[in-house]
Amino acid sequence: MTDPLHVSLEKREGFDLPDSPRSVGWTTPKRVLLADERSPLPLDCGVELFPVTVEYETYGSLSGAGDNAVFILHALSGDAHAAGWDACWKQDDRPWRERRPGWWDEMIGPGKAFDTNCLFVVCANLLGSCYGSTGPGELNPATGQPYALDFPVITVEDWVRLQVRLQDYLGLDRLLAVAGGSLGGQQALAWAMNYPDRIRSAIILAAAPRLSAQGLAFNAVGRQAIMNDPCFQGGRYYDSAPPERGLELARMLGHITYLSYQSMEGKFGRRYQNGFQPCFQLNSEFAVESYLEYQGQAFVRRFDANSYLYLTRAMDYYDAAAPGEGNLALACSSIRAAMLLVAYASDWLYPPRETRQIARALLANQRPVTYVELPSEYGHDAFLLETAKTTPLVRSFLEKARSK
Amino acid sequence: MKKRWRWDHNLIYNLVPVESSVLDLGCGDGELLARMINDKQVRGQGVEADPACVSAAITNGIPVYQGDLDLGLPEFMDQSFEYVILEKTLQAVRRPMLVMQEMLRIGRNSIVSFPNFSFETVVGNLVLTKRMPVTPSLPYQWHDTPNIHLFTLLDFMDWIQQNGVGIVAAYAWSGGRHRPLRLPADSTRAEELLFVLS
Repeated sequence: MTDPLHVSLEKREGFDLPDSPRSVGWTTPKRVLLADERSPLPLDCGVELFPVTVEYETYGSLSGAGDNAVFILHALSGDAHAAGWDACWKQDDRPWRERRPGWWDEMIGPGKAFDTNCLFVVCANLLGSCYGSTGPGELNPATGQPYALDFPVITVEDWVRLQVRLQDYLGLDRLLAVAGGSLGGQQALAWAMNYPDRIRSAIILAAAPRLSAQGLAFNAVGRQAIMNDPCFQGGRYYDSAPPERGLELARMLGHITYLSYQSMEGKFGRRYQNGFQPCFQLNSEFAVESYLEYQGQAFVRRFDANSYLYLTRAMDYYDAAAPGEGNLALACSSIRAAMLLVAYASDWLYPPRETRQIARALLANQRPVTYVELPSEYGHDAFLLETAKTTPLVRSFLEKARSK
Repeated sequence: MKKRWRWDHNLIYNLVPVESSVLDLGCGDGELLARMINDKQVRGQGVEADPACVSAAITNGIPVYQGDLDLGLPEFMDQSFEYVILEKTLQAVRRPMLVMQEMLRIGRNSIVSFPNFSFETVVGNLVLTKRMPVTPSLPYQWHDTPNIHLFTLLDFMDWIQQNGVGIVAAYAWSGGRHRPLRLPADSTRAEELLFVLS
């Protein structure tokens, strides 16, 4: 059995290759302008933003009745490339995509949880991210320079507002489902609350109504690491060396929150990286240290530090109870979609007891709800790794949602 | 997970009116609720503690909430379902009185079924073998049984009387078929019982 924490990043082993019957095959990113001078995107912070471009991918095809469209909503470090193999990695200068399929390839494809034999799957890159959608690394037309920290502060609700524009652009009447894990799950919840007539169901994995103080603290330290990197220069580093060390530290910190006590014990324990005894030096000694450093270094090659600041801030701000002035049940009273909520036992970033709050709020509104807490040792990462346990649930839920 | 064919499944299925709202506590794999949702258009919600059963219920296409009955059910509003079902679960919970009270609070009607510990085969088994009875209704060995609060028809009737709960209907499962409850005979004749309370 391959251990998901050590899936080889160097080879294509363990993945469904482009010619596999379970892969969506080669994919091509698309870009569309969804807000211009005449139709700026209103943001929660008060700014009317334009131009706004969104990069997205689609898999499968839309049914004649148009009743099989699913929006996949990505989390902090994700992108529009949710499944298959990017045919344009070279021209788009995304070499990390050469040897890896999309981030949720185990869940999206023929015969998989989101079965592209019968579903039309759409995934868009978030506003403020760095994978083709408008973000702090893009040129600000007002100055001809990258936005950097002039980019407006964005929220989960802003993302959903933009995704709704994509829905209209694609001519999708009512989505069969919106689905995501973590920050993606919170977008799905925001969809269900703010656009009840536009979706039939929502699938929310490893997500809570809000980030805890503990989670806020981790994000804060991650941002401090970036902003205190001498290369940061107030965010205006696009013509010089980027704050790689700071971003690396932020990512290492993030990874700790994605794992669990059990998964770290199981994977690394107290093992030394080289040999069985200490070398009496302060550089990386333990397996867990080198794993985190490896993850951090891999991340800085593919992510923009400013985007990390903006996206973690959106994650901080999100509070599903805010529309109900702190009352989550009141905030959920607008929800009409069928809801599937999945929590993973060892997740301490968005722990099951917090996912359960969403379920309880729905029950208080006499809405049918499906809430399950799956046993898992993978911590928050479980929504990416426990695909065998999650797949039958998602498949049956979608089947039921479609038959209604 | 409940696998055995269940007489109370069919009876409950027939007792619950079309298009009513049903909360099934300890719904197992959700087979009964799925039938009622699909055939009788009920607004159904299941509650189940075991994650494997919850997953099975989801694959059966029913809304199911993973929850522990012994913690009470504060997430459910008073009188928010027309029927609350507790099918052969009361004897397996840690706090049966709390579960019964919650049930009567949430449902306008409650349907409870349970194995009768004073059934003659059970009593005979105990008296003759001097060992904990193992019968089709109580198919477990003493050490692996989920049934931690076994009780008799009269125990249940006492509780009903003490709490002023109204009996809408009562049925006995005896000799391989079900029929309206007969007292006092069913104290020993009934293998399992089903009450509709209000």
